[in-house]
Amino acid sequence: MLTRRDKVVAVAMLGIPLLLAAAFVWFPALASVFLSFTKWTGVGGIKLQSCQNFPSAPGIPQPGCLYGVQNYVQAFTNYPDFWPAVRHNAIWLAVFIVIATPLGMLFAVIIDRGLRGSRIYQSVLFLPVMLSLALIGIIWELIYSPNFGLINTVIGRNQNDNLIDWLGDPRLNLWALLVEACWRQAPYVMVLYLAGLKAVDPSLREAAVVDGANAWQTFWRVVFPTMRPINIVVLVVTVIESLRAFDLVYITSKGNPLRGLELLSVLVTQNIVGETQRIGFGSTLGVVLLVISLVPISIFLYQAFRREAR
Amino acid sequence: MTTVTAARPRAPRLTTAAAQIFMIVMTLLWVTPIVFALYVALRPITETNKLGYLSLPRHLTLENFANAWTQSDMWRFFLNSVYVTVPAVLLTLFGASMVAYVVSRLAFWFNIPLLILFTAGNLLPPQVIITPLYRIYLAIPLPDWISGSGLLYNSYAGLIVINVSFQLGFCVFVLSNYMKTVPTDIDEAAVIDGATLWTRFWRITLPLCRPALAALATLVTTWIYNDFFWAITLISTGNKRPITSALANLQGQFVANQNMIAAAALIAAIPTLLVYVLLQKQFIAGLSLGSAKG
Amino acid sequence: MAATIGPSDPLTRFSRRTALKSLAGFAAAGTVLAACGNDKTSSSSSSTSGSATGPITFGSNYSDPAPKDAFAALVKEASTKAGVQITINTTDHNTFQNNISNYLQGTPDSLATWFAGYRLQFFAAQGLLNPVDDVWQKIGGNFNDAAKSLSKGLDGKYYLVPIYYYPWVVFYNKSVFKSKGYTVPTTWEQFIALAKKMKGDGLVPLAFADKDGWPALGTFDIINLRTNGYDYHIKLMKHQVPWTDPGVAAVFDKWRELTPYLQKGANGRIWQDAAKALENKQAGMMFQGTNQVAANYDPKNLPDLDFFVFPTINTTYGTDFMDAPADGFILPKKGKNQDAAKKVLEYIGTPEAETAFLKNDHWDVGLANGLVAPTYNDIQKKSVTEIAKCKNVAQFMDRDTVPDMANAMIKLIQQFIDSPTAATIAGIQKSAEGQAKTIFT
Repeated sequence: MLTRRDKVVAVAMLGIPLLLAAAFVWFPALASVFLSFTKWTGVGGIKLQSCQNFPSAPGIPQPGCLYGVQNYVQAFTNYPDFWPAVRHNAIWLAVFIVIATPLGMLFAVIIDRGLRGSRIYQSVLFLPVMLSLALIGIIWELIYSPNFGLINTVIGRNQNDNLIDWLGDPRLNLWALLVEACWRQAPYVMVLYLAGLKAVDPSLREAAVVDGANAWQTFWRVVFPTMRPINIVVLVVTVIESLRAFDLVYITSKGNPLRGLELLSVLVTQNIVGETQRIGFGSTLGVVLLVISLVPISIFLYQAFRREAR
Repeated sequence: MTTVTAARPRAPRLTTAAAQIFMIVMTLLWVTPIVFALYVALRPITETNKLGYLSLPRHLTLENFANAWTQSDMWRFFLNSVYVTVPAVLLTLFGASMVAYVVSRLAFWFNIPLLILFTAGNLLPPQVIITPLYRIYLAIPLPDWISGSGLLYNSYAGLIVINVSFQLGFCVFVLSNYMKTVPTDIDEAAVIDGATLWTRFWRITLPLCRPALAALATLVTTWIYNDFFWAITLISTGNKRPITSALANLQGQFVANQNMIAAAALIAAIPTLLVYVLLQKQFIAGLSLGSAKG
Repeated sequence: MAATIGPSDPLTRFSRRTALKSLAGFAAAGTVLAACGNDKTSSSSSSTSGSATGPITFGSNYSDPAPKDAFAALVKEASTKAGVQITINTTDHNTFQNNISNYLQGTPDSLATWFAGYRLQFFAAQGLLNPVDDVWQKIGGNFNDAAKSLSKGLDGKYYLVPIYYYPWVVFYNKSVFKSKGYTVPTTWEQFIALAKKMKGDGLVPLAFADKDGWPALGTFDIINLRTNGYDYHIKLMKHQVPWTDPGVAAVFDKWRELTPYLQKGANGRIWQDAAKALENKQAGMMFQGTNQVAANYDPKNLPDLDFFVFPTINTTYGTDFMDAPADGFILPKKGKNQDAAKKVLEYIGTPEAETAFLKNDHWDVGLANGLVAPTYNDIQKKSVTEIAKCKNVAQFMDRDTVPDMANAMIKLIQQFIDSPTAATIAGIQKSAEGQAKTIFT
């Protein structure tokens, strides 16, 4: 029942945004995979031959060439930052799941109960979500400042000989940044959860109360199970946000590689933005990030589109 | 907030008190960093160098803000943010609503796969695609009057393009869900009256989506304004950067004066704070739409 | 080192007009993603010689106010003397370096600022720079062999005209040495003995800071130069010698002898604070570059500052070598009006040009033979004499090797500083070699 003209318009309406997404999101994603099998400094083109065909004189770089799975082998066995980065990403995710998300859920549940002053609580807690991570990094640097910061002054460790270097000490800085990240992530989860809680049928709760359940039981046995879709969204958002951690690290380390803050997303950029570029190797790290990301993405898509597919 | 007070039994007093205390403590903790940053920004560096940040103030001054503004040409960075954010938001909403309309109103076999494609794209970490994207940007020429650099790289157009491409997914997802809830009877009447597809989209359906569009506009504006990664990697000239990524420049420029950096950061936060104060409802509605299912 | 790796980008303010001009340079397609054999590294020189007096543009990374003014003064003189109109395009310091590869492949200026060392040779080897042998025919007489060799590429042709360098030496306060009766050590044994004495006297023998990562590379360099010589050092930097070589272990072992006398907690300290410790006479000595330590001193304390070159370890090499990183100018292959650009380079390679550039500089020195500019202070005069005694100068690890390798060594050396044991050294060598193999193929 569409006219000819309508069909053309429909194609344009669909096609132009699609083209954009394909050209600037999907094509690069695929190209990343291709590049991960090459070795390239970014100068000149890429020759579609194995790198072994080119002479390898010390100091003289080879032209772009096909490198097989060598980049992956090097990343997994030879690159000292790789496994620490994976570990740090895992820690980041674990902290989000174990601390930030439950805290956000707790805030949401309490606020949803209509506690006096909830409007204020919600507004204040929500503010960090609106700030950019770069800004958050800068604000917290004041708190963590070794000589003048809030923490060191309060605990009395701000003299040059008994400093705690929260952001420089590789044993501490990841945790210091995680506090910042949770400061933002918990309210984000809170808002998502509040939306879900609002959608819960109040009659469900009434029925449970009439049956004699207390608040705790009402929540866990009645409300929580019906929020499965929201729970999945929150979980996926948590995972995605943890894989995206970049801005905080960059602004804290001021662009320089900092021990203790290795993350996959940071390693990718270190290898491609700079004086001598290891494009192939950087792509490899990007592909690792892609493969890891596809897990939560698939879960989300499955959940979101399960009903449609029916 | 809930209104079902009659059927709900009174919670025991202890729980309420405990909850209140917990929330008060949490809220105070949560607001501390911002208040602290504001406090530091209001104090002169000479004073804090001697007494530290946590001392009682001898002078409170706005000089850090004034200096941060004038010494770094912050107005230029804000202008850059406007150049990038406004077109990007408009293009994103425009493009996303078009796709959402076709996908939700017309029954094509590829609707679901398309939706999946768009949504997944939005969830990718940007670092996955930056390597080829960087090279693509270096290779695409643009006429000089669009891009100062002659390339997609290091241009506002470049930033707009990638932000739009990246935000399309989420907006398509939300709008398609929302449009499904918009009743189709007016649409069908318009078809009988001979209205074209475009008219049905532009004149009939889209205006009905205003709440969702407003919510998304708030969200997407905040997200694009807060973008850091794309600007850092795809803009190489310092004074072309939007304000959020320019904070990295300022960190270097004012490296000796943390108070000024704090002031600059707070100035950069003003637009988001405005959105927060005036449009908080829309922002939260946007997030809710994105998380709930139509 | 403040001119190379240093604090991150300060903001450059230049007129909108200049901005547009510099960016209008970047038109043209860059590299294709997967070209099939489209080789852009052909060796024939580009035919953009253009006019011999034509206006040229000069790309610069001197974005800090002081070097920016000095450079402007130099360019003004060069413009008059060479009869060429020159426009300066300044880019923020770090950004310029990070983008150099794209810059040289796009539409670079006729001339650009850059550094000596492998950082130069790498881009020359990729065909992005044009040789300047003809310029050196005219200016060669002004420079000694060390200066000549640091301006050459891997193929033996000249690619750089240097403008200044600065030495890495051991600083001390004259008054402290006088009052405590210390004498300047010339051998390693004397050096260690002096450090021991200082420790006994309640001083920190050697101020030391490595929070930024690069300062400690200088210590590795000098111990390697002293123990194994210049050729070995350069070979190691280019990975012609493996990092697992016993010579490398010898360097770290020597360093271990020094660690009891190094300031503790170096990984958490910025070098500016270490320099302060020296200035406050809490520390006895400090090994770093002149344009860092001396530049950090309060001018009223400067007359007390003096230095000596790092003592001999291996009598075969004596004190024949040191790190003296040099900055200079290159001729990008794709730049325009190269004949005019070469005339400018001919002026720059003269003592007059160096004097003009260093007029307000109190730390760096020119490379021209025997140049003692009227504006030189005592530190600079001594720098000239001491560097002249060297048979060769290295360019500091982050310029002599690939940046990736330097970054890897930064992290490994920080591990060494945390725990200077034999086991750590073995681990460091293994890791360094493993990474070098992948970085240098």
